[in-house]
Amino acid sequence: MARHNPPPSPGTVDGGPEPTRIPHRVIRPRSGLTLLDLRELWDTRELLYRMGRRDVTLRYRQTALGITWVVLQPLLAAGIFTVVFSRVAKLPSDGVPYFVFAVAGMVVWNALSSTVSRASTSITSNATIVTRVFFPRILLPLSVTMAALVDAAVGWVLTVALLLAFDLSVPWSMCTFPLWLAATLVLAQGLGTAAAALAVRYRDVQYIVPVLLTFLLYASPVAYSLGAIPNTHHLRLLYSLNPLTGLLQGARWALLPHQRLDLGLSAYSVGCALVAFAIGTVIFERSERGFSDVI
Amino acid sequence: MSSEIALDVHHVSKRYRRGVTGGSVLDGWAQVLADRTTFADAARRRLRHPVRREPREEFWALRDVSFSLGEGEVLGVVGRNGAGKSTLLKVISRITDPSEGRIDLYGRVGCVLEVGSGFHPELTGRENIYLNGSVLGMRRREIDSQFDAIVEFAGVGSFLETPVKRFSSGMSIRLGFAIAAHLRTEILLVDEVLAVGDEAFRERCLAKLDSVARSGRTVVYVSHLLESVNQLCTRAVLLEEGRLTMEGTPDEVVRTYLIRQSRSADLHQAMDERPGSGGARLVEARPELPLFACAEEKVLSFAIECRDPEALGPIHLRVKVVDENDLVLVSCDSRAVDRSFAPRSWPEAMLRIRSPWLKPGRYRVDVALEDRAGSLLDHVPWACVLTVGPGVPSPGSPPSAADGAGVVAAEYVFEAEGPPGRKGGA
Repeated sequence: MARHNPPPSPGTVDGGPEPTRIPHRVIRPRSGLTLLDLRELWDTRELLYRMGRRDVTLRYRQTALGITWVVLQPLLAAGIFTVVFSRVAKLPSDGVPYFVFAVAGMVVWNALSSTVSRASTSITSNATIVTRVFFPRILLPLSVTMAALVDAAVGWVLTVALLLAFDLSVPWSMCTFPLWLAATLVLAQGLGTAAAALAVRYRDVQYIVPVLLTFLLYASPVAYSLGAIPNTHHLRLLYSLNPLTGLLQGARWALLPHQRLDLGLSAYSVGCALVAFAIGTVIFERSERGFSDVI
Repeated sequence: MSSEIALDVHHVSKRYRRGVTGGSVLDGWAQVLADRTTFADAARRRLRHPVRREPREEFWALRDVSFSLGEGEVLGVVGRNGAGKSTLLKVISRITDPSEGRIDLYGRVGCVLEVGSGFHPELTGRENIYLNGSVLGMRRREIDSQFDAIVEFAGVGSFLETPVKRFSSGMSIRLGFAIAAHLRTEILLVDEVLAVGDEAFRERCLAKLDSVARSGRTVVYVSHLLESVNQLCTRAVLLEEGRLTMEGTPDEVVRTYLIRQSRSADLHQAMDERPGSGGARLVEARPELPLFACAEEKVLSFAIECRDPEALGPIHLRVKVVDENDLVLVSCDSRAVDRSFAPRSWPEAMLRIRSPWLKPGRYRVDVALEDRAGSLLDHVPWACVLTVGPGVPSPGSPPSAADGAGVVAAEYVFEAEGPPGRKGGA
């Protein structure tokens, strides 16, 4: 069933100059599969921008260090990884200093995990708005991506600065980083929107998501390289089924010198990301109808 | 005013499911444990269908509602609590989907629903104005051009950089109303906002709504302040139990609503649908006379039924007399006069209201029963109707005492200032 009929231009009578086009909209019960209403999304792009800006501002409001946290977070996490995985566990880091290796991984990982975890609670934590005004609900999980973009941009610059500080060459592949980041965010968006929709009905989601993310952190080559996985019993193949593996490898290839890129693995990962996005969106659009009734 | 249609509602229904939605699948198992008599049966059923949900009771918040509204019209929606007024606005504003039917909207919809329509508490007043404006589909330029007017109307000028969480509730309401009223959405939905806020703000809101309506915007207005429906609206509809039962001039609809209200007292409502724990229920409320004179003592009697008189302790009664505009004129609390009713020895309670003098009209009597600890046993907002007849308040008063302005009438004496000996007695 179509969600909105095409506008039969109701405002154009008498040929008088209409100051603004009067939009015509039909509300009817929705059923079955509905796809994203792209025109409506485009119409509300300003709201998306405002919500994203809100998310970025709110994150560091009432913090003493403010925006410094964007830089500090990946550095601190990478520092801990350096102590645990490099000094204690002595994992290899593909020919670059482990600390730089870990920062590059953290930039991508943070983009994914912060998007998924924030998106998953985006509907429930905005219940007051959801029950009182209408807007395309998908803007809420979408807007958290903006904050992730800001973080990743800072992380990108940070990595370049570290390469220079450690006296390493900055690879030309550096400029492909936005593509890897985009693929990661598409994957994160798919997982996040699905989780957000489920969280409206089952608050269990808010307990499961952090656990799954922690599991995923260790199941993906964030703190170590794919080369550290022994290639026995197809273990590495099994490992590569995780779409994040290809994305992390690609991002590392983009950010760091002397990295290998497995094109097949990358293509598979990007494909997975797109599928996850499609499924997440469909789940979200399906359950969106009932949000204000069950939230 | 143009004859262009702005809003067309076609056979709209909205169904809700009663009970907890999205409950745990474990709930079914918990029920098995709670329901001992049929434990074996229930367990067997449960085991056979481990995750099946029991079918839930449905109810229709809106049933087959149709009306259409021309551009620039102001529609008043009148009805009791739970008649579906707010649901109607939620469906029109797309907050919730209709279950059946179709709505055609010609224009953007702005709405003021409840308090502080969707502010983010951490954001400042300024940020919230822009965020709210964007939510209502406004472009930055449109918001810019109305920004000063919004701030001035809401009177929050010095709080623009303060997070909304530090606003008083009055300020949030004013800001929410100001944003929706100033942003030029073609259709404006207003729900009950005027019930809160002070008298001065209410006056300003009504004036603003009036000018909004005059500027050709279409307004759907829900309010318990029936006087304002009369003042503001060009047309009105009456909602009763989700159905649209009447459409007409505001005056006709309000009058009909009031008459039906006085007939259908809440006492006939099923006992188990009432609020309160139900330890005691009001079974009857009765004015002593069908028609009281203005200055006469108003005597009301109440019959109470107790489920378990032994366990219940003394009962307290709170009785309010409420006028047609939902203004509470008198509130009589048995606790305040240190009087309680033992459930056994006082099957009937009697209340005598000696003052003030009520003006001619119909008043609803709102009764609440509480136990000793103050927790609610029963609440009946419309227990009975107290009718005060027209005419001279009391033999000694001037005939005009019950007419003219004022919510209640009073006994008064004017005296001329003069030599002490000539003063009259009160």
